[in-house]
Amino acid sequence: MNPLTVTAVPKPKRNFWNHDFSVKSWLLTEDHKRIGILYLLSITLFFFLGGVMAVLIRLELLTPAGDLVQAETYNKLFTMHGVVMVFFFLLPSIPAVFGNFLLPLMLGARDLAFPKLNLLSWYIYMVGGVFTLFVVFKGGVDTGWTFYTPYSSTYANSHVIAAALGIFITGFSSILTGVNFIATIHKMRAPGLTWFRLPLFVWSHYATSLIMVLGTPVVAITIVLVALERLFRLGVFDPELGGDPLLFQHLFWFYSHPAVYIMILPGMGVISEIIACFSRKRIFGYRFVAFSSMAIAALGFLVWGHHMFTTGQSVFASLVFSLLTFLVAIPSAIKVFNWTATLYKGSISFSTPMLYALGFIGLFAIGGLTGLFLGCLGLDIHVHDTYFIVAHFHYVMVGGMVMAFLGAIHFWWPKMTGFMYSEFLAKIAAAIIFVGFNMTFFPQFVLGYLGMPRRYHVYPEEFQVLNVLSTAGASILGFGFLLPAFYLIYSLKAGRRAGPDPWQAKGLEWTVDSPPHPHNFETVPVVTEGAYEYGPEEVKRG
Amino acid sequence: MADPSTIPLAHHFEDQEQQHETTAIGMWAFLLSEVMFFGGLFTAYLVYRNRYPEAFLEASGKLDVTLGTLNTAVLIGSSLTMALAVRAAHMGSRGGVVRWLLATIIAAGIFLGVKAVEYSHKFHDGLVPGANYAFKGTASADTELFFALYFGATGMHALHMVIGVGLMAVVAWRWRPNNVVQHPDGVEVLGLYWHFVDLVWIFLFPLLYLLGRHV
Ligand SMILES: [Cu+2]
Repeated sequence: MNPLTVTAVPKPKRNFWNHDFSVKSWLLTEDHKRIGILYLLSITLFFFLGGVMAVLIRLELLTPAGDLVQAETYNKLFTMHGVVMVFFFLLPSIPAVFGNFLLPLMLGARDLAFPKLNLLSWYIYMVGGVFTLFVVFKGGVDTGWTFYTPYSSTYANSHVIAAALGIFITGFSSILTGVNFIATIHKMRAPGLTWFRLPLFVWSHYATSLIMVLGTPVVAITIVLVALERLFRLGVFDPELGGDPLLFQHLFWFYSHPAVYIMILPGMGVISEIIACFSRKRIFGYRFVAFSSMAIAALGFLVWGHHMFTTGQSVFASLVFSLLTFLVAIPSAIKVFNWTATLYKGSISFSTPMLYALGFIGLFAIGGLTGLFLGCLGLDIHVHDTYFIVAHFHYVMVGGMVMAFLGAIHFWWPKMTGFMYSEFLAKIAAAIIFVGFNMTFFPQFVLGYLGMPRRYHVYPEEFQVLNVLSTAGASILGFGFLLPAFYLIYSLKAGRRAGPDPWQAKGLEWTVDSPPHPHNFETVPVVTEGAYEYGPEEVKRG
Repeated sequence: MADPSTIPLAHHFEDQEQQHETTAIGMWAFLLSEVMFFGGLFTAYLVYRNRYPEAFLEASGKLDVTLGTLNTAVLIGSSLTMALAVRAAHMGSRGGVVRWLLATIIAAGIFLGVKAVEYSHKFHDGLVPGANYAFKGTASADTELFFALYFGATGMHALHMVIGVGLMAVVAWRWRPNNVVQHPDGVEVLGLYWHFVDLVWIFLFPLLYLLGRHV
């Protein structure tokens, strides 16, 4: 017997990682899976960059006096934290990474509709990112991530134009991703995969794409006008020249409120997948959950005025915006109720992705309900521009979106890499993140209600206890965020092989190898059943 | 018709029909996005026109209607030549595609040239917003906003035309005789884009140039 055949390790199957190792093959790749990985690396970089700024903010707020940084530096810190986190992490996070990676796999397609355009989106994102990095290293911008005029257009002495350009450019990456997803979902579905057999992840990405395509261009032209105003004294938002600064706020929030749903809808899609898998049940009221995504996308375009209750807009307008804001709560609540109903009598297992999904439901509920406080005309006057709103949107963005992102990465990591991570460490990290998150942001609700305004680096001494608590929580949260970076990377070295379907999950992405072949499917699958057919016998088995 | 078996099919599509419909739907989605982009500008225009009707009326009178009308005719003509390029692509006529695209490029060049002449007139007359703004008239204070929106909107429109010309040049080069067979979808979606650019102008022209012409 030839000794070589005994000792030889079986050659790993061809997959999207190992079919070509060259740098060029990555930088010119048209494979949606590789582009997803490129996005994962880049948004992780920006997440930690934005995180460093958050650390500095929390350190400054440890004491009432302004001792770590000056007021100007503090203004730049919270602005850059917002810009980096919103435009370079939250907006692309789940769509660009998991949407890219998973949509073709879930649809039974070999790639997205426009692979070259997809690669272009990543490059556009990176060019926008370079502008932003340039701004960071040149000293930052101090207008707040909202770029309110006329401060941003006339008075600010920081790098407004470069920062605006960075956001403008990244916007195009978002639009092109949306266009790509819409065409893919419409036309690239496998035979038999009807609209109501689609996983809810796909529905939520469809709704997200619509917002990307319809909303992003509005903020793009708005930002162009701000930049032109700074360059040429155009006057569109300058009251001295007859312009109206409130027009800026209308145009800005016309995009930036729906943008919240660009951030949260994909997360909701992830939660539906995870809840169904780890309850071994169909999602309760599938069609309601699917349509609630569309309803959120549609209603989301009609509520922007709730950011402007204190600007002197007409009371009647405020009334209507307040009412519409309450209406958005209905489709959001439908999702939460239906997830909960799915859990009922399910065969639940508390794997790491499920921990994040359950965390999401609780934290998003708090974030969403406090949003209703802010939608009340009277109450909003009291808590407007206080830490209450800071806490509210961090419950939605971090408690919601980041939890969903972490849930997604723990759920699909085996699919992406082919390896299992340490479940033990992952559960510990999830617990640390949950505790750290609540400790950071819950005190901020109280601070805001007591009247501590946002965006100041000094505060009265009576607020110190709660601020210390918040900073302590932030350090726990920061530590929690570092952990997955280590055990996930370690799993590549020492992880157990995952196999095609480590969670016994349903869905086309679990029928192919982990990691998948460069072209996903050897033969195009034919779909004969709806999503989440976990079946009653499975529940009994559990 | 061109022989369907020679038209290239990308690896991730099942058949020509799927490829064609996917490409078209992608372009329509992108154009929706463009509608919203110009929608922001039109909103600003409507807000200020309602607030300062006299100033807008007076400022609009300073625009050159003759040149504007000429440009409108040129642009509508270019939509025709573009439609003929699309038709040629579907018939597989390479010469036709190249010729009609060149004709469209020339029309676009005339439009942009006329636009440049108009811009330089405004510059000489001190009608460019900024430090040298010198409008002579009764409602001078708020006319600057009109010109801000005029330059903003027509500038964005011109930028779209320049991009279109660049794309047409690339597509025409690809359709040169003795190159490999090209997909007609490319010309078709380029046509959609060009008609959209044309349509934006059809709205801009009356809103900016023809204000108050009826009196
Ligand atoms: Cu909002």
